[in-house]
Amino acid sequence: MATVSEHPEKAAAYIADRSRSRWHDGALWFVRSKRDRMAHSLPEWERLRSTASQIKAHTIANLPEILQQFEANAKARGVHVHWAADAQEHNEIVLEIIRKQNATRVVKSKSMLTEECHLNPHLEVNGIEVIDTDLGERIVQMRGERPSHIVLPAIHIKKEEVGETFAKYLGTEPGASDPQYLTEAARQHLRSKFLEAEVGITGVNFAIAETGGFVVCTNEGNADLGASLPRVHIACMGIEKLIPRLVDLSVFVRLLARSATGQPITTYTSHFHGPRPGCELHIVLVDNGRSRIRDSDEFRSALGCIRCGACMNTCPVFRRSGGHSYDAVVPGPIGSVLSPAADTKQHRSLPYACSLCGSCTDVCPVKIPLHHQLLTWRQQIASQGLLPVSKTAAMRAGSMLFQHPRIYALAGALGRRALRWLPKSWIYNRANPWGLDRDLPEPPVESFRSWWQTNRQGTSVDEGMKSKEAKNGK
Amino acid sequence: MRVGLFVPCYIDQMYPDVAVATLELLEGAGLKVEFPAAQTCCGQPMANTGCNDAARPLAARFLDLFDPFDYIVCPSGSCTSMVRNHFSDLVGNDPRLASIQSRTFELCEFLHDVHPVDFSGNRFPFRVGLHQSCHGLRELRLGGDSEQMIERPDKVRSLLAQVQGLSFVELQRVDECCGFGGTFAVNERAVSVAMGEDRVQDHLEAGAEVMVASDMSCLMHLWGLISRQGSPLAVMHVAQVLAGRSPSVSVKNSIKPKAGNVL
Repeated sequence: MATVSEHPEKAAAYIADRSRSRWHDGALWFVRSKRDRMAHSLPEWERLRSTASQIKAHTIANLPEILQQFEANAKARGVHVHWAADAQEHNEIVLEIIRKQNATRVVKSKSMLTEECHLNPHLEVNGIEVIDTDLGERIVQMRGERPSHIVLPAIHIKKEEVGETFAKYLGTEPGASDPQYLTEAARQHLRSKFLEAEVGITGVNFAIAETGGFVVCTNEGNADLGASLPRVHIACMGIEKLIPRLVDLSVFVRLLARSATGQPITTYTSHFHGPRPGCELHIVLVDNGRSRIRDSDEFRSALGCIRCGACMNTCPVFRRSGGHSYDAVVPGPIGSVLSPAADTKQHRSLPYACSLCGSCTDVCPVKIPLHHQLLTWRQQIASQGLLPVSKTAAMRAGSMLFQHPRIYALAGALGRRALRWLPKSWIYNRANPWGLDRDLPEPPVESFRSWWQTNRQGTSVDEGMKSKEAKNGK
Repeated sequence: MRVGLFVPCYIDQMYPDVAVATLELLEGAGLKVEFPAAQTCCGQPMANTGCNDAARPLAARFLDLFDPFDYIVCPSGSCTSMVRNHFSDLVGNDPRLASIQSRTFELCEFLHDVHPVDFSGNRFPFRVGLHQSCHGLRELRLGGDSEQMIERPDKVRSLLAQVQGLSFVELQRVDECCGFGGTFAVNERAVSVAMGEDRVQDHLEAGAEVMVASDMSCLMHLWGLISRQGSPLAVMHVAQVLAGRSPSVSVKNSIKPKAGNVL
């Protein structure tokens, strides 16, 4: 089983390189700003969000019927439809289809679902070469890393580092960092892979129940090449990717790219409605925990996520700590909601990797109340006994203190006095994580409650600690 | 009309002048204000950690103490939001809850919507960087945020804008979180500090002399960084600005004598 991952430690390690952390923050803030300009350019933006949210709520509520409708319509178009209960079943189905072709070379366009199912390693141990064809994904694949962001998988890598990677794997000139030169090298490399491939795998952005068709959005056209050059196309999708009608698609297509990258629409929005003559088209519909989320009253709306990544671009924690600090296939706010649903213990630190600023909730194009769901996860983590005893004990002690106003007032007076009198080294040390980088407030002599009693009720105050200082202070 | 003054625990203990300034504003507006002295904390630190069992008795105490008042006013968006938006997780079956929620207001919201006060006689000749605290902005909707395309009156800013001599500097990131986030500031120290330093930097680059916010908790964190850096930036709670404090006075937490006829 995977070990428990702690976000604070990984985040601290990333932030220790302040210039990289700042650069990452700036790159994502640039995307968020582009998104703002695009959203501003549509007077109906909030209406689109509301409509999208309602469509998704309806879809999730009626998911079994909508899935069956999709299956029937896709089959009528000659598509092979497969159902997978979990990641393992998904991987076996995909491997089986590839084996039936006696194929060993696969090209794959971007699909978070196949990341979630860890498809690549499964195929690789079974002797299949899988090449990620999204440029960012190919870069992280060469480097043996995971995507750090669901839309911008290599956003954590600088162009100089891409140059080093390409020099090693593609034989480009050492030290090269010109994006055009590097992109051309990647293009030539990927072209040969496209031409050799026997099977193409893509994800699915939206599947339309009414038509049995589906849509894949890319900026590089790599899904089109991957789906068109090989004879067999396998499309892998989570069951939540459904929308009921073709007309609903217009809402989501307008929201997706604007939210994701600040483009009005992705460069390629490709519609697939059945196999080409003499070719095969397979769709694998995967549950892998989605039904469980659908059954929960608290987190159901998270299934409406269209994987635009806007919550990551806006999240002040994500921007500074980098996507890998989440140690999850889907990082950032939505990942911090979805990951604990898959394995609460392993991902228990993620709902706390959040200042509850609420920016993710307001940026989300389908209005998932992300920061409230993160708060709900904290309640579940605490009630499942997954919080360190130090934290629960501190909270219980605080609660007891606050239930007794006199003891609270006394503790406050003692604390303020200690802050004034104790040597600095007693206050600023490792036991006080606040004070490692921040000064503590200058403690006042008198609390407000004490002032109130003296000035408004005219009674002398017994904080237990009322001292000469207090009188001098006035 | 009875107004109950809801003073967050850390303001009571560490920033009493913010509470005094709040009281002066409310009394100056002709209101009868009471401070139920048995109040302590609304339970937000516990609830935000997920420890609802520890927060529940504090929410219940709050209802007992503040039920008698016509209005409950608090100089913190975060603590107000706790009562209004999160108490239902704790005491949702209490018949008093909905009514108390509808009577609980953040200070600027109260002075803007419920009991409008004119501050045009005030003077504050400083360049102000307004730090829009997240809970006030995105949970109480004290203004419009940069994520949503919805025009909303900016209640904190419009109160400050009445004050003579006060000018606003324009920040690069108008409503970015400061990184305090309650226990987040300690749990996720590295991220919290990085966020805070960036926030301070934005204000410094914009030429702010005084950073003003409606939540002292944000300012506690930001001042801690400013003080450590030795940066030339004062911090003030909006109540202190509206009550006529000067920046040099406000950074000292001790209570000042009444600031004369400021209203």
